[in-house]
Amino acid sequence: MVISPLRRKVLRDLRRLWAQVLAIALVLAAGVATLILGNGAYASLHETRARYYEENRFADVFADLVRAPLALMGEIEAIEGVLAAEARIVKLGLLDLDTMTEPGSVLFVSLPGGNGAGLNRLYLRQGRLPDPQSAQEIVVSEGFAAAHRLGPGSRLPVLMNGKRRELLITGVALSPEFIYALAPGQMMPDPRRFGIVWAPRASLEAAFDLAGAFSNVVLKLAPGTDADRVIEALDRLTARYGGIGATARADQVSHAFLDAELKQLSAMVKVLPPIFLLVAAMLVNMTLSRLIVLEREQIGLLKAIGYPSRAVAQHYVEFVLMIAGVGILIGFAAGAWLGAGLAQMYARFFSFPYLVFARDPQLYGLAAVITLTAALGGALYAVRSVVTLPPAVAMAPPAPVAYRQRMGWLRGVLALRQTGVMVARHLLRWPFRTLSSMLGVAMAVAILVASLWSFGSINHMIDITFFRSERHDAQIVFGSPEPIGAVHAARALPGVMVAEPFRSVSARISHRNMSKKLGIIGRPAEPQLSRVLAPDLRPMAMPEAGILLSEALASALQVRTGDRVTVEVLEGARPTVTLPVSGISLGYVGLGAAMEIGALNRLMGEGAMVSGVSLQLDRSLDTEFYGAAKAAPKTDLVSVTTLMLARFRDTLAENITVMVTVYVVLAGIIAVGVVYNFSRIALSEQGRELASLRVLGFTNREVSGVLFGELGIVVLLAQPLGWIIGYGIAVAMVAAFSSDLYRVPLVVGREVFATASLIVCLAALVSAIAIRGRINNLDMIEVLKTRE
Amino acid sequence: MDRFPDAVLLTRGLTKVYRSGEQTVNALRGIDFRARRGEFVVILGPSGSGKSTFLNIIGGLDTATAGEVWFEDHQLTALSERALTRYRRDHVGFVFQFYNLVPSLTARENVQLVTEIARRPMPVDEALDLVGLADRADHFPAQLSGGEQQRVAIARAIAKTPELLLCDEPTGALDSATGIRVLEALTRVNRTVGATTLVITHNAAIRDIADRVIRFADGRIVEETVNAVKKAPSEVAW
Repeated sequence: MVISPLRRKVLRDLRRLWAQVLAIALVLAAGVATLILGNGAYASLHETRARYYEENRFADVFADLVRAPLALMGEIEAIEGVLAAEARIVKLGLLDLDTMTEPGSVLFVSLPGGNGAGLNRLYLRQGRLPDPQSAQEIVVSEGFAAAHRLGPGSRLPVLMNGKRRELLITGVALSPEFIYALAPGQMMPDPRRFGIVWAPRASLEAAFDLAGAFSNVVLKLAPGTDADRVIEALDRLTARYGGIGATARADQVSHAFLDAELKQLSAMVKVLPPIFLLVAAMLVNMTLSRLIVLEREQIGLLKAIGYPSRAVAQHYVEFVLMIAGVGILIGFAAGAWLGAGLAQMYARFFSFPYLVFARDPQLYGLAAVITLTAALGGALYAVRSVVTLPPAVAMAPPAPVAYRQRMGWLRGVLALRQTGVMVARHLLRWPFRTLSSMLGVAMAVAILVASLWSFGSINHMIDITFFRSERHDAQIVFGSPEPIGAVHAARALPGVMVAEPFRSVSARISHRNMSKKLGIIGRPAEPQLSRVLAPDLRPMAMPEAGILLSEALASALQVRTGDRVTVEVLEGARPTVTLPVSGISLGYVGLGAAMEIGALNRLMGEGAMVSGVSLQLDRSLDTEFYGAAKAAPKTDLVSVTTLMLARFRDTLAENITVMVTVYVVLAGIIAVGVVYNFSRIALSEQGRELASLRVLGFTNREVSGVLFGELGIVVLLAQPLGWIIGYGIAVAMVAAFSSDLYRVPLVVGREVFATASLIVCLAALVSAIAIRGRINNLDMIEVLKTRE
Repeated sequence: MDRFPDAVLLTRGLTKVYRSGEQTVNALRGIDFRARRGEFVVILGPSGSGKSTFLNIIGGLDTATAGEVWFEDHQLTALSERALTRYRRDHVGFVFQFYNLVPSLTARENVQLVTEIARRPMPVDEALDLVGLADRADHFPAQLSGGEQQRVAIARAIAKTPELLLCDEPTGALDSATGIRVLEALTRVNRTVGATTLVITHNAAIRDIADRVIRFADGRIVEETVNAVKKAPSEVAW
């Protein structure tokens, strides 16, 4: 095969300029990789979830109630739009394992109906389903089984409705309902302390005194059905059986958390790849423009000997396409590799039966096309100059660069030396290049600011939630409201120093046409352990008559202090009242509403009742406390703050390292790419001047200072710009991530800006050091012999 | 230094061999040379005769393969890279064929570039005045003619009041009339500043303005002539 001379020149240029080519290719690769990673992960999660839901008939509507006769199911099934309905028994129980002193819970769920007609069907991973008639056999969730090394044949001791039972595991399974298995009141899945236990209906009926009745119903709707209308009808039917209001799939915990993750991924896809592609286009433009200036005579010669302009332009386009090609290949590899890593990370958080990272060729094709377009976009302007350059003009030496005296006042102020003047004039002479390099470096800073802030914010969230607001060591939640005497019983448990009651009541709070369903928490007038904080972090006293709403709830309902909201209680006598909003409180997790416990009890008309107690413990008696709390007959759930927090922090720590590494690498690629190319071009333009300075007796250090001065100014001025852009991205992210599940506080400390700048400056320094050798080896003699 | 009691520069057996692969090029083959304080020496010779290599080594831009170079009581051939930089900075002024001005600095600023780092700088305007460019001081190189640019280069070279002024083909890129103006500037500077001036040229016509003429051929000094009577630049032509 004969390679044409121009094509051979492309290959030689690539080899000669390999470092610059690689720097640009890496930036392009980062764009390709983030495109593939983000879109691929989104597609994987989205499609896997959709298929899983479809195959396992995941329900559309979920409702809890106290106890309803199975006969009600006929009416529920008759609601228009209901395709299938399943009555279930769903109840919490406590773990009673010898290997675990700290409290753990399981959620008992009755097995879906047989013959494949049931909803939320299990995906059996090991063993078999229980015998429907067996009172012992169960299937447990996979994460829980793995955490305790349980499998078919293992025994599981539990407390069901206060009674100790030893159950026999026949299988290990997954369910679309618990992809993200979160225990009530927890912030992170903890498979060691929370598991799902599926048991035959008959055995749960017996254990929870629910013969012929159910405590939970799930519905599958016909496509196109208005879920709100069905929920309304369902709520009417279940109200008299203690229904606390049905939720649509969108509010189902596992589904909603997956949605939040998908939202983050789509935000990442919108932000990161465009940044890389923009910076890469800019680098292509900068580098190609300089190459064309240097090869001006060759271009003239090629045209003079008869190459058409198009062929010469095509030569430079090919050069850029080769760079893009290298970038795309690296990006494909990195994207696939990171994608596999992300899929592994998802597998840790989300319990999917299968999660194959999408390797959709279309996605790769699209990433390649987008990247090529960006690279060619960057080349366009430079290549145009090749086409329009007449050969005669090209072969003559270029007109000298015209400098102008500008900003003389600034010079006076800064008392610049002549080398400083050189720096300033060179930067001002090519303002577009200076600005785009600055923007490039700023983008590196911005990426870091936009990723690093989240850790500070999460720490802030932890501090507020666990150290200032929920200051209790543990909480006991009762199965159903108990008389106030339960508080005294709790106080008598070993290790308990302070016990503070709370009442939790499900309610729908509405204002105008907006409404939200949540639990209103009743607390003592001046709570000490479970406090409510004002936005300025001061503890708030519970109002005598009104209700406190969290910021998230207040903004969802569009209410302010002093407005009145309608509170429709969904338990007991189900009273409906209007209450004044006495204040707005801070809250990052879920939606919150708080009242004084006495006022809430008066509203309920059931006397002095409590749903649970917050406790301050003598930590030396933890083991005794755990045992006693578990054994207390009314206990439904024991949550221990330190354990919850430890789990939260562990999970976070795992991700922090991965995330910081990824973002530092990405930002580093941009910073190195921009700084290295900028310096190489500046050196190529000024190499002659710098060598002349060496001849005049300037030291290596002084000469490097001229080039590094330019670099320093670009990098330095880019910092505040990067901070602003990064902060802007963070603001947008906070808005995008906020949901009813959690709100992320935007806390961008100075350390975030400092760290981002430090990392980028280090990357710039590395590039500068790479260039320094070239400066030190400037050929003084060569420069004297040649005309510019 | 008996014949030259006031010698400022001396070379003994100065040899330079370039090696590239198999090939060796003997650029200088044992040059013995002395120059007096304030002397104006013209060095003639064809391309490749070693005259530029010689100038580069005594200017501290290149190192010798063998032999010695003395500037006053410093042995250049024993100096480190750093010390050579210092030597160029403090003692040597250079003028080159292609001027090597900094395009982003005006004429005045190009001169200031050197006075800022010099130990004995002369006032910038005085240097520009000496080369007759006081009125063009605020122009950028691109706005000056070739001859004007070369005079800026001379002003820049002498503004540090160097002991040595080394000029490599200072008129090489200039037409005759402009070249003569540049030579006038050089001789005036040589007289005023008293710098020992070495001028390399292809142009034999310049020989008459020198105190002494050295001819290089094949890496050796093949001829040395002392001019009893120096001509003024305006009296020569080419």
